[in-house]
Amino acid sequence: MIENHISLLLVVIPLIAAPIAAILPWGRASWMLTLVVTSACFVLAGLQLWAVVHNGAISYELGGWAPPWGIEYRIDALNALVALIVSAIAAITVPYALLSAEKEIPKQQIPLFYSAFLLCFAGLLGITQTGDIFNVFVFLEISSLSSYALISLGQRRQALTSAYQYLIMGTLGATFFLIGVGLIYAQTGTLNMMDLAQRLPEVTSLKTVHTGFAFIMIGFALKLALFPLHLWLPNAYTYAPTVITVFLAATATKVALYVMLRILFTVFPDGFVSVTPTGDLFLLSGIAGVLTASVYAIYQMNVKRLLAYSSVAQIGYMAMGIGFASFKGVTATIIHLFNHALMKGALFMAVGAIIYRIGACRMDNIEGLGRQMPWTFGAIVIAGLSLIGVPGTAGFISKWYLVLAALEQQAWLSVGVILFGSLLAVVYMGKVIEALYFKPASEANLSVKEAPILLLAPTWVLVFANIYFGLNAEFTVGIAEHAARALGVAAK
Amino acid sequence: MDFVLGHYNYWIAIFLMMVGFYTVISRGNLVKKIVGLNVFQVSVFLLYISIGTVTGGAAPIITQGIKLYSNPLPHVLILTAIVVGVATTALGLALVVRIKEAYGTIEEDEIHEQDHSL
Amino acid sequence: MSTTTLLLLVLLLPLLGAVGIIAARRFPNIREGVTLVTASLVAVLVVIMANRFMSGEVFALTVGEPLPGITIAFKVEALGMLFALVAGLLWIVTSIYAIGYMREHKEKNQTRFYTAFAVAISCTFGVAFSANLFTLFLFYELLTLSTYPLVTHTDTPAAKKAGRVYLGILLGTSIGLFLLAILVTWSVSGSVTFTQGGILAGKLDPAWAGLLYALFLFGIGKAAVMPFHRWLPAAMVAPTPVSALLHAVAVVKAGVFTLLKVTIYIFGSDFILANDVTGGLIWVAAATILLSSLIAMSKDNLKARLAYSTISQLSYIALGAMLASKSGLIGASMHIAMHAFAKISLFFAAGAILVVTHKKLISEMDGLGRAMPVTFGVFLIGTMSIIGLPLFGGMWSKFYLGLGTVETGQLLLLGILMLSSLLNVAYLLPIPIRAFFSKPADGKPYTKINEAPKTILLAMVITSSLCIILFFYPDPFYQLATLAVGGR
Repeated sequence: MIENHISLLLVVIPLIAAPIAAILPWGRASWMLTLVVTSACFVLAGLQLWAVVHNGAISYELGGWAPPWGIEYRIDALNALVALIVSAIAAITVPYALLSAEKEIPKQQIPLFYSAFLLCFAGLLGITQTGDIFNVFVFLEISSLSSYALISLGQRRQALTSAYQYLIMGTLGATFFLIGVGLIYAQTGTLNMMDLAQRLPEVTSLKTVHTGFAFIMIGFALKLALFPLHLWLPNAYTYAPTVITVFLAATATKVALYVMLRILFTVFPDGFVSVTPTGDLFLLSGIAGVLTASVYAIYQMNVKRLLAYSSVAQIGYMAMGIGFASFKGVTATIIHLFNHALMKGALFMAVGAIIYRIGACRMDNIEGLGRQMPWTFGAIVIAGLSLIGVPGTAGFISKWYLVLAALEQQAWLSVGVILFGSLLAVVYMGKVIEALYFKPASEANLSVKEAPILLLAPTWVLVFANIYFGLNAEFTVGIAEHAARALGVAAK
Repeated sequence: MDFVLGHYNYWIAIFLMMVGFYTVISRGNLVKKIVGLNVFQVSVFLLYISIGTVTGGAAPIITQGIKLYSNPLPHVLILTAIVVGVATTALGLALVVRIKEAYGTIEEDEIHEQDHSL
Repeated sequence: MSTTTLLLLVLLLPLLGAVGIIAARRFPNIREGVTLVTASLVAVLVVIMANRFMSGEVFALTVGEPLPGITIAFKVEALGMLFALVAGLLWIVTSIYAIGYMREHKEKNQTRFYTAFAVAISCTFGVAFSANLFTLFLFYELLTLSTYPLVTHTDTPAAKKAGRVYLGILLGTSIGLFLLAILVTWSVSGSVTFTQGGILAGKLDPAWAGLLYALFLFGIGKAAVMPFHRWLPAAMVAPTPVSALLHAVAVVKAGVFTLLKVTIYIFGSDFILANDVTGGLIWVAAATILLSSLIAMSKDNLKARLAYSTISQLSYIALGAMLASKSGLIGASMHIAMHAFAKISLFFAAGAILVVTHKKLISEMDGLGRAMPVTFGVFLIGTMSIIGLPLFGGMWSKFYLGLGTVETGQLLLLGILMLSSLLNVAYLLPIPIRAFFSKPADGKPYTKINEAPKTILLAMVITSSLCIILFFYPDPFYQLATLAVGGR
């Protein structure tokens, strides 16, 4: 019975839990509820992925209305994977949140904080589950609105302005998406993605459809923080409470990327990307993003901001994979989507542990802390190596597939950019590590103790995942290829 | 001429869209930005609703003797979008209030100045 | 002991030692004891392994499969055995030396030093035994990272700056060029496994082969072929035992070893010879040999001079690899061992001088030879072996390298090798001669200076005697070298 409804439960459980979390009287009770909900969703998402891989795509008719009239939840390997990433990261973030949130957020706001967190979680899961393009908009706004609120909870007042900036840009993006959906609906008369995929090939030559497509892409490029539409991201990630930075960095952009992949390759007919200049634009934006954002990262003095710029660069890699518009390229993008969640999650968590102890994360604040906080430092080193793409870590697997995809197209410039980007990552991660380990500690920093186990354990779970998926990529690669096939990208 | 007149609903939507978009980009006042955002969103709502019209169609309420109805789906969609828009405006205004408390101003350039002088 | 157990033991024992070293960090004597016991065990095991390998046993082990078709796997072949034998034997000698040196020099952070050292040795074995390019690359990178704390050991600004150059060049070349070369190999041939006769023949357009070889040559930054040689002099800020074992033996030899493996097992010497893959590149190695010899002459700092001498000697091996003829490859493989014993003796002597007199500059060493006869005697033996004079092991490898140039008809290269030997004479020989026969700068002979501590002397004597023994008995290394070239 239950297994038939997994797809719906994943969205409904957190949606129902959110208001309950808000009215619970104690922060810890809300935390407990959130923990139970996210863990349950994690298990459900795991079951769902297993079911999809073994029994093929799931189609769930909401309220028993048959598609294309009713809303359909349609799950294949790609959404199941993204849903698993989102719920796994949530389930790991929540134990971490207990101490971190109590430190960074006023006590009376904590139930509301968890409530907004659950809403955001429900929204992100909703985007991954639904097969209805307008439904994507609704869930997108649920997750966005709650993330604006969450970001504004940051300790410094810049959190407010960054949340405002994100709200303006996010709403513009969502509205662009809405325009695009409207234009395509006007031509096809349907909102169901599978139905659209059937009807669109007849009308792809129309200007309206092209315009709608462009609006949708720009809209999601804003949510994805694709260069040069990334301006909101560094501020939002820097000033948000650490837990939220961890969660959003590892999930929100991934979900936006998922929608892009879905629309590019499933909804629009195969070959649309290469017929239009879409592929080249993605490639161009990816290359520019990798280079520019990595260089920006080198000059940042705030570690969170440095990592935020690095995220923009990593999104650039994923865009390059889309730009190749080949089976290998899309596979590489999906692999990196998964691996980047692991490494950025671990890095932001480790930085959060430092913030927990000293309340700041500027380069000059953290000097010499590596010796005082060896476990935190170790996590930063290993996750940093993964970000660089050293063999034996998850990041290497991403780079390996991305370069192979580029070699297949003989795109030598892209190959050069991918490898050069890794070198820039060496420079900016080297800066962090040097400050932590090789600079002498100040008086105040000498008495700093290692972070509590509740912060370290989730961090190290992700660190081990980085190593595990670097040494055994069978799962990642297998699922990614499965997902790329499900998207309908032709394998060569 | 027919092209211009025949698509008048689009022209109105596009005009409003540009007005809203321009306000968001050019105004430094945080409240005015939100007003611009609202205009921008409403233009899209209009676009949707006008798409749903069927020439000669009646309002989509089942009545005897009427064969041709306008498409009701866009209306339903926009109902949802309006709710989302209201929520966005509310959240945006709440943030503006908090910003005013924290900075004492809602002008973008003055806020920037304060942050950089820190 | 089964072959798998033995292989695993050699790979893991240094790591276990590292754990033991950390566990015993509060008790320096036990800590050093752990290092010595581990190093001796490793030396014994490597010798046993070499014997069993020569008698025809096969050592192979697959650990995992990170990517479909690409495994983390080990397979011992002759060249790797030779390299591991050199590294394993010299680790114990260096450990004896290091204990005397580190205590006498009162270095800080000794636990970190011994731990990183043991990890680096483990990575070196990983490089030596790897069965495919991926595994090799994995350990190659780990070797870079594990030696970084050794380079920055003193924590001074100069050490940090050197560390940055070290990481920058080694990671830069390996990620930017070496990894690219591996990826191209994989996408062209669908394999990265080291295979007798190479895997590229028939799959790679010969016109592109030279470019791919260039990617490997420059990408393997540890081989220190110009212009990517700057990291090696920079690494000389490290304590002398590190310079001796890692930056004259393990790390740099891992570089040229990789180059040899790529030449023999990825390209295949027939493919290289048939298509003249390395025709242009060989001159890069030749130029490195001469230029770095000339730079070495201009250096007054003893360790810097030795570093440039190492760069020059490494390019002998690169040159031998690129000759790709039978004798050239034998000479290159043997030079891995011969140069190792000679150069480590030189570094040991330099360290002994530093510990006793705190002198780093060659110009201040006039007349020191009479106060420290053993040290400068060792230095003299090392020098003669580097030059390649008879009675010293270094002669054999140079002989085969020379033979290789004749075999391929590159007589100009033979001339360069000869000229380089003359330059060796010019920049190394004056050091012991001035120490023995010149008067000290102030005219008074040294009276207060004695020889270095016994452990240091012991280590030096062992390595320098080996230089001589290897002249009369180069057989183990010669056999391994021929096996590597001939195919096993």
